[in-house]
Amino acid sequence: MFAYITRRIGMMLLIIGGSSFLSYNLMAYSSNPLSVFGESTQKNKAFLIKQMIRELQLDVPPPVRFFLWLRGAVAGLWGHLDLGKTRLGFPVLEVIGRAIPITFRLVIGSTILAIVIGITIGMITAIRQYTRFDYSMTFISFLLFSIPIFWVAVLLKLYLAISFNDFLLNPTIPPQVSIGFGLVAGFIISGIIGGSRKMYFAIFAGASVVVAGLLEIANVTNWFLQPGLGIVGIGVLAFGIAVVIVQLSTGLANKRSLTAGLATAGFVTLAYYPFQLILGKNAGILAVFLIFSISIFAACVIGNFVEKIDKKVNIRTAVLTAFLATLPILLDRFMQVFPEYYNSDGVHGRVVPTLGQATDILTDAQRNNFWFSGLDLLMHLILPTLALTLISFAGYVRYSRASLLEVLNMDYIRTARAKGLNERTVIMRHALRNAMLPLTTILVNDFAGVIGGAIITEKVFGWKGMGSVFNQALGNYDLNLFMGVFILGSVLTVLANLVADLLFGVVDPRIRIRK
Amino acid sequence: MFGKKKVKSQSAETTGTPATRETEGLSQGQIIRQKFFRHKVAVFSLFFLIFLTLLVFSSSGIHLGTDTHPITVHGWWPLYILDIDPVGALESTCNGGMTGCPTMDLIPSFIDGSPMGFGAHPIGSDDIGVDWWALVTRGAEQSLTVMVIVGALGIFFGTVIGAVAGFFGGIIDAILMRITDMFLVTPTLVLGGVIGSRFGNLGVVPLAIMLGLFAWMGLARFVRTEFLTLREREFVDAARVAGASNRRIIFKHILPNAVGVIIVSGTLLLSGAILTESALSYLGFGVKAPDVSLGLLISNYQDSFIVAPWLFWWPGAFIIAIALSINFIGDGLRDAFDPRQIRTIGKAVKVKSPKKAKA
Repeated sequence: MFAYITRRIGMMLLIIGGSSFLSYNLMAYSSNPLSVFGESTQKNKAFLIKQMIRELQLDVPPPVRFFLWLRGAVAGLWGHLDLGKTRLGFPVLEVIGRAIPITFRLVIGSTILAIVIGITIGMITAIRQYTRFDYSMTFISFLLFSIPIFWVAVLLKLYLAISFNDFLLNPTIPPQVSIGFGLVAGFIISGIIGGSRKMYFAIFAGASVVVAGLLEIANVTNWFLQPGLGIVGIGVLAFGIAVVIVQLSTGLANKRSLTAGLATAGFVTLAYYPFQLILGKNAGILAVFLIFSISIFAACVIGNFVEKIDKKVNIRTAVLTAFLATLPILLDRFMQVFPEYYNSDGVHGRVVPTLGQATDILTDAQRNNFWFSGLDLLMHLILPTLALTLISFAGYVRYSRASLLEVLNMDYIRTARAKGLNERTVIMRHALRNAMLPLTTILVNDFAGVIGGAIITEKVFGWKGMGSVFNQALGNYDLNLFMGVFILGSVLTVLANLVADLLFGVVDPRIRIRK
Repeated sequence: MFGKKKVKSQSAETTGTPATRETEGLSQGQIIRQKFFRHKVAVFSLFFLIFLTLLVFSSSGIHLGTDTHPITVHGWWPLYILDIDPVGALESTCNGGMTGCPTMDLIPSFIDGSPMGFGAHPIGSDDIGVDWWALVTRGAEQSLTVMVIVGALGIFFGTVIGAVAGFFGGIIDAILMRITDMFLVTPTLVLGGVIGSRFGNLGVVPLAIMLGLFAWMGLARFVRTEFLTLREREFVDAARVAGASNRRIIFKHILPNAVGVIIVSGTLLLSGAILTESALSYLGFGVKAPDVSLGLLISNYQDSFIVAPWLFWWPGAFIIAIALSINFIGDGLRDAFDPRQIRTIGKAVKVKSPKKAKA
């Protein structure tokens, strides 16, 4: 194993070296930094040209100059990484170091969302193959697959952000819109659950009425301006999450698991008020960690004491429930600052911004308030995250659908069904795991492709991350800056490939890594 | 030829379903064609794409060559992207006071009083009075050109490199795959940005050629995997025992069986090429003014979306129409080439047979 990894890392270094040589020369030969002087009439033009040639070492031919650059980069292996200076004189490392967190903030949320939603929908369409739900989702994913992200972004800005902000001026949803939302929700939910024709329409009607009713309640209580979940909302969500998790992992017939899940949900609901004390006005990220650890610890205790048999399964169910049920409490806490946020000077009631990564004009008090600044970040993330998610989730729907369909045709699935296992066990235990195998490679590689994905999104939404650094590098013929972006991207890709291979060996015992 | 037969007889033996009756006596190509034509959406997309291509190229004409030595074939649309018609744009002012509104009126006169017709600028004109149809068709022409060139180069290099690596294996495979990895680690847009910033102003053909030279890696990997499995099959051994040369084995025995993989990932490459080109032009690294591309048009007029929505909808609609039909065609081809996908045929037979019994 160790030998394998060392060999792989050696190979990685060679590949990165080769590809950076290639792109260094490509960039060096394709751009001419001296062209800025082309039409210059300055008297000291000759001097300026000479100065630039000396600064950028333009007298050294690019293939040789690459090795001057490489010396600094290779020093990174023993901790003295030096990627040179940008054209404006800042160290490349510093510029990139400042940009990375912003890009990751942008991309990680949307990547995770796209993976979770995409794989879920893909798997459901595979299970409900050739149904109306399958056809509509397939069409939607094809459509999203063919849309340029900058086009979606403009539509989202107008139809989502601006209309929602206008809507907040007078936040009542007209009845026909509520009914429309209700019908769409009914179609989706009944399509997912499926069942006989009678069942389908019952679920369709039920879901439509519930969603339309919820929107009407939101109207009456002025929820959109004073959002919150309250202990009732948390309770409903927590018990709902518990039931779904128990149903998916062990089935509702397993009373021990069900007890553990419901008890955990009850605990989280009761903990709502105590948690409010922890998540006070001056709380920070530590408080968030604290409430999650309390919930999870409590879940372990509950899972341990609920029954003597099957402890492991009970604890797993309880911990999952606890984690997912604590998330709404956090959401509720952010919602509590919403009225304050809505009325603050920097926002002026336009809560969904279309540009930028944070509101510039926050007072110090607001900036230091974890909840206020956190809500600000979340609001700025909504549009870019949605745009990136919409574009990339289509791919996951296609891949996971194809992969699960292939697995469902396998002999061992027929065996599992033939020996009398119920559909839940067949899907969750036998099919899902095997269908996930080919997806791991795609998942890991997508995490590495973040920089490419961010370039356009950042430009559309005016963020200052890796994408804008890259644009700046190309616009200014900034070779060192460009190589900084490049090396980060390629190292991520190569590392992701290594992780994917290692992970593949772990999830699939049939694949052994050669020693 | 032997390889093809092998695959066919195998599928007939193993399925043993009603599909057998229908596949009997059909060549592999016929089965694939039949399966493809059953995929209604794919067939529709194919015809739609052909129609769109003809429409776009015939309306805008062909414009190649340099500024000093242009090679021009005029299209049937009277205006070109360099013709400015501010008067016409002023005449077609719509309710908001915005000039250059679409003059197309598809509602018959007995409903809204004004007669049906296209007018001088059916889908409007831009802020200086250039006909939008001329711009959008020219942009679509560029996109299609990029798509074809990138696709052709990508498929050619991908197939050759993948085939050589997969067939010969050993040290050749190792070297070729490391080179593939070397190209693969560079994010596409980063590479495209560098290429575009240098070749974008030369026109779309050099840009497409350069992009095509860096578009073969994914396909090469797929083809290699396919070749690795196919070269172990019995029919390859049989051919070798019969004394066939490497060349003959590759072209006559393995390649026909790998065509499915090549075509399917080729279509992915095509739709990817369209989106890459529009993204590059949007970022300003692709096609440069005065020439246009769909991405550039969207980038230029995205801010005037509220006052002049046609400037935003039409270029986007063309990109989506092209990419979507390519994706659907690819889906149809994948179903057609997948030997395990016998469900469509089996299903069709099942539906048919009880009717026959009744009659």
